[in-house]
Amino acid sequence: MNPSEVKGWIEDAAKAFSAATNLDELKSARLAHVGDKAPVSLASRALGALSPDEKASAGKIIGEAKAELGRLLAEATAKLEAERDARVLLEEVVDITLPVQRSHRGGLHPISIIKNEVSDFFIEQGFSVEEGPELESGWLNFDALNIPADHPARTMQDTFYIEPVESGMVLRTQTSPVQIRSMLTKQPPIYVISPGRTFRADELDATHSPVFHQVEGLVVDKDITMAHLKGVLDNFARHMFGDAVTTRLRPSFFPFTEPSAEVDIFFNGRWIEWGGCGMINPKVLATCGIDTDTYSGFAFGMGLERTLMVRHGITDMHDIVEGDLRFTRQFGVGL
Amino acid sequence: MRAPLSWIKEFVEIPATITADQISDALIRVGFEVEEIITQGGDLTGPLVFGKVLTIEEITEFKKPIRYVGLDCGETETRYVICGATNFAVGDIVCVALPGAVLPGNFVIAARETYGKTSNGMICSGRELGISEDHAGIMTFAEGSVAIGSDAIEVLQINDVIFDIAVNPDRGYALSIRGVAREVAASLNLKYQDPIDSLRALTFEKTGTGVTAKIIDVDAASVFYLRTLDKFDQAAQTPIWMRRRIEKMGMRSISLVVDITNYVMLELGQPLHAFDADKISGGLSVKRAGTAQKFTTLDGQERTLDADDLMVWDDEKPLALAGTMGGLDSEITSTTSRIAVEAVRFNPVYVAKNSRRHKLSSEASRRLERSVDPSLAEFASARFVQLLTTLSTAQHVETVIDGEPRFAPVVKVDPAYVARTLNLDLSPSEIAEHLRSVGCDVNEATFEVDPPSWRSDLLQPADFVEEVARMVGYDKIPSILPPRPNHASLTPTQKRRRAIASMLASRGFAEVQTFPFTNQETIDSMGFVGERAATYKIANPMSEEFPLMRVHLVPGLIEVAQRNISRGAKDFAIFEMGSIFRSSQKLIPAISPELGKRPEQSIIDAITASVPPQAYHVAGLLVGKNEGNDWQGPARPYNWQDAIAYAQDILQLCNLNWSIKRSDFAPWHPGRCAELIVDGKAVAHAGELHPRIVAAYGLPERSAAFAVGLSALPETALVRPFTVGTMPAALQDIALIVDSTVAAGDVEDALRAGAGNLLESITLFDRYDKLGDGKISLAFSLVFRAQDRTLTGPEVAEAREAAVAEASKRTGAVLRAN
Repeated sequence: MNPSEVKGWIEDAAKAFSAATNLDELKSARLAHVGDKAPVSLASRALGALSPDEKASAGKIIGEAKAELGRLLAEATAKLEAERDARVLLEEVVDITLPVQRSHRGGLHPISIIKNEVSDFFIEQGFSVEEGPELESGWLNFDALNIPADHPARTMQDTFYIEPVESGMVLRTQTSPVQIRSMLTKQPPIYVISPGRTFRADELDATHSPVFHQVEGLVVDKDITMAHLKGVLDNFARHMFGDAVTTRLRPSFFPFTEPSAEVDIFFNGRWIEWGGCGMINPKVLATCGIDTDTYSGFAFGMGLERTLMVRHGITDMHDIVEGDLRFTRQFGVGL
Repeated sequence: MRAPLSWIKEFVEIPATITADQISDALIRVGFEVEEIITQGGDLTGPLVFGKVLTIEEITEFKKPIRYVGLDCGETETRYVICGATNFAVGDIVCVALPGAVLPGNFVIAARETYGKTSNGMICSGRELGISEDHAGIMTFAEGSVAIGSDAIEVLQINDVIFDIAVNPDRGYALSIRGVAREVAASLNLKYQDPIDSLRALTFEKTGTGVTAKIIDVDAASVFYLRTLDKFDQAAQTPIWMRRRIEKMGMRSISLVVDITNYVMLELGQPLHAFDADKISGGLSVKRAGTAQKFTTLDGQERTLDADDLMVWDDEKPLALAGTMGGLDSEITSTTSRIAVEAVRFNPVYVAKNSRRHKLSSEASRRLERSVDPSLAEFASARFVQLLTTLSTAQHVETVIDGEPRFAPVVKVDPAYVARTLNLDLSPSEIAEHLRSVGCDVNEATFEVDPPSWRSDLLQPADFVEEVARMVGYDKIPSILPPRPNHASLTPTQKRRRAIASMLASRGFAEVQTFPFTNQETIDSMGFVGERAATYKIANPMSEEFPLMRVHLVPGLIEVAQRNISRGAKDFAIFEMGSIFRSSQKLIPAISPELGKRPEQSIIDAITASVPPQAYHVAGLLVGKNEGNDWQGPARPYNWQDAIAYAQDILQLCNLNWSIKRSDFAPWHPGRCAELIVDGKAVAHAGELHPRIVAAYGLPERSAAFAVGLSALPETALVRPFTVGTMPAALQDIALIVDSTVAAGDVEDALRAGAGNLLESITLFDRYDKLGDGKISLAFSLVFRAQDRTLTGPEVAEAREAAVAEASKRTGAVLRAN
């Protein structure tokens, strides 16, 4: 076995493999150089006739040659296969800028989104989210909140009454009856918010709607002070309007709180009235059977439409209530 | 409530360095929202003088009447100006802007040629001077009330700042200059002079017999002052300073007597009513209307009285709707010479009821229903006499008083409670000082606090906390987060609602929120009957068009769909979640337990039970095509299958099991409506809308809808999953022939029941309805698997045969020959 002869076989094979321009040509070259009739195959078969000494040395040479030929073939195959793949995939190129989205674009109503956002914020603070009926008892909607029968809020102009009016049933004018329901059924500490739909007999215009939404908060616990009310409102305002927002409490009047305040926010360069709040009137706590010597609390309430309109620069209430898809779809499922 | 700075300054020493903005901020700080700061005269420069009209030449050849007016403006020569207004006559005194004057809006007055004449100035209206919104025309003044040629800017006190203030219902005292001035003084820590102080010493001589006064309904009023005057000279004019103040307050000057009643009300807060005493028969009394039926108020309206209306009567008839509006028959006229002026501290509730019953809110009722300082009946009526006797020939005859003022009681306030509630380090003496600044008398030893006469709202310690907070400033209260409560989370119901909404939104539905109102026509057109049609009626709906509460969500969705279609939308899906209001229970008379203590539990239960249940639903409406048409090809129309699939997806999302059956149920197509049943209860309906409804509302054909009663769904049990095995599955296809009337769902149920526990899933993969002979073929693919072993051929065959046998037994199905 002449090593230079074997080297010649490998060189011939390497030349033939690299000369192949496609996989078919490579197949012919493979048959010629590593197939049954190839010199290396013939030499391998002839090994059996050699003496054990010769067999050992020649076997080593042949084995190494086979390995080298295998390596060269694999290399050539990989190269040609890659070339073929590249060519085929190129032929399959498509225009991926073609419009492919054809399903309808859905979305949550912005009021739902902001309600969820508010709820998530307060749940994170340890408040539970309470709901109540929209058609509500007048005692829960008014009396228990220290709104006497002759208060302007109870006149026919503001409240929707249900027939027969002797039933005292109303479409709730605020979500505050949920606070009363909470205080009548829970023991302090009470930390709840009540987002929901409310009703006032206002004509629909750019800033009012007879059907709207509020979120109210209620805290009853030991040693609760007006500073805690401020703390919660500051936190809430920053969550809704960003860290740059500042709040301001202004003395005001609500029958169910004493002291009472309006809460304003300074947003986009001006003061905007955001909601009402105050320390729960001890009369209201007493009506709910809460010991006013031990417990105190605060409450606050904001309009969700107003919050949404202020934050997003919405100028017409009609957009919020009409259900035009073009409006709602802008919000997707988040704000 | 308006408050001119010039008037406030009469009672508060305001240094010139304090600006209008600072005063506004001071008012806001103590709880008075300043809605507008109106600066009058800031953009007005003279010369502006009074002139007397000497001649009027009417020029008629133009489209509108034009006057060429000769004026005596105190100059050597008559001044001529062109004027387009006609509400003045020769002899009237008017206000004239001379050339060189600049009126608001940078309107420069110059001599100019117009209408063929030279106009040397302009006769002004209040509006042009920026001092009134009155469109009545040129301002005119009576002879003698102002000096010809004098500076009108000075005389009319045009340069002023007017604060327009929102007054909360508990602060009726601030519906007066006296009250606003007190708040300004307290907020800025300035010296305040109470106008009452100078009235305390007034006494009026009795010169005859006046009209008597009596409170008959003693609950309705505490004190009644009636002062009679006579010898009133009808020619007496309202002085210009009083007229201007009344105008700055947004009211109109009417006559001297009426103007003084209004002036005193604006100054002090006590409404007064002046009667022509000659029209009073006998004496005055305060009592209910009773059987009196008709009454004509000053505004000329004849009103039907309620027996409970509180009236001021003479011996024969009602003369005034108490505290609300006087009567036409006894009003002051140009012939009045005897006057009886009434000042009564009415019970606010009675005035509020008068006002509401007659939908009549007057300057008087607005104040009286917010409670008026009981001491004012005396002082305000005295102020009236003082002014009228000074400004006219009128003389006091007699003052008659009935009743006496009732003041709010003394309250014991714990200063520690005040400081604690506000989280402020306030000493008792600081608290006492703040309470004194709002007018309270404080005994610092006992901390018994006597509220001022004008504060009937200070009744409990919390009320005094607010006063201290106002005076300290709400901005001084620190901001601290409360102790963190225990963990909270959404309830399972809330989580479920959110998940459903998110699922629908992510599948292309847009959420809408409609008003929950409807009407009978809608209910009828939907085909709702019986208890599904019964609902509650609103006594005072926004519009008679929608007087009822909704019984279903689909009609609202249809309305929104129509609106979107009218605006060009064609293909879409929308959904709504919300309450419906079927009148499942009769409303009972209101239960109103007393306040201030917790009602008995049985009463609380009765109140909550009196509120009818309000089911919470989700509904969707599918209109047009399920996708947009585009280059990939046309989309297919939404159909009944889509609606049913979405309803089932909702139940699946809730992890519930349901069965399905065909249902004839409004508002759906009777042959294309599925009812989904959970725990034996029909909880959802879905399918194609009734073609009659689709046509009536102009929706695309085959529009489909679903509605799921979310509040009827059971809570989802905690999931206890089985361990997922790795054993291989065995697949079996079964093709069955059944009558075309047989429901595929029934066949599937039968196969499932027959196949037993080894069945993992079942899918209808083919439905062939061209067999003829009233037969159809249903082909199912069944997957069998055991958790613990590989199934043997005989086991699978046995399960398959059992499934077919059950289907055959229940539905008459036979295996289809291959």
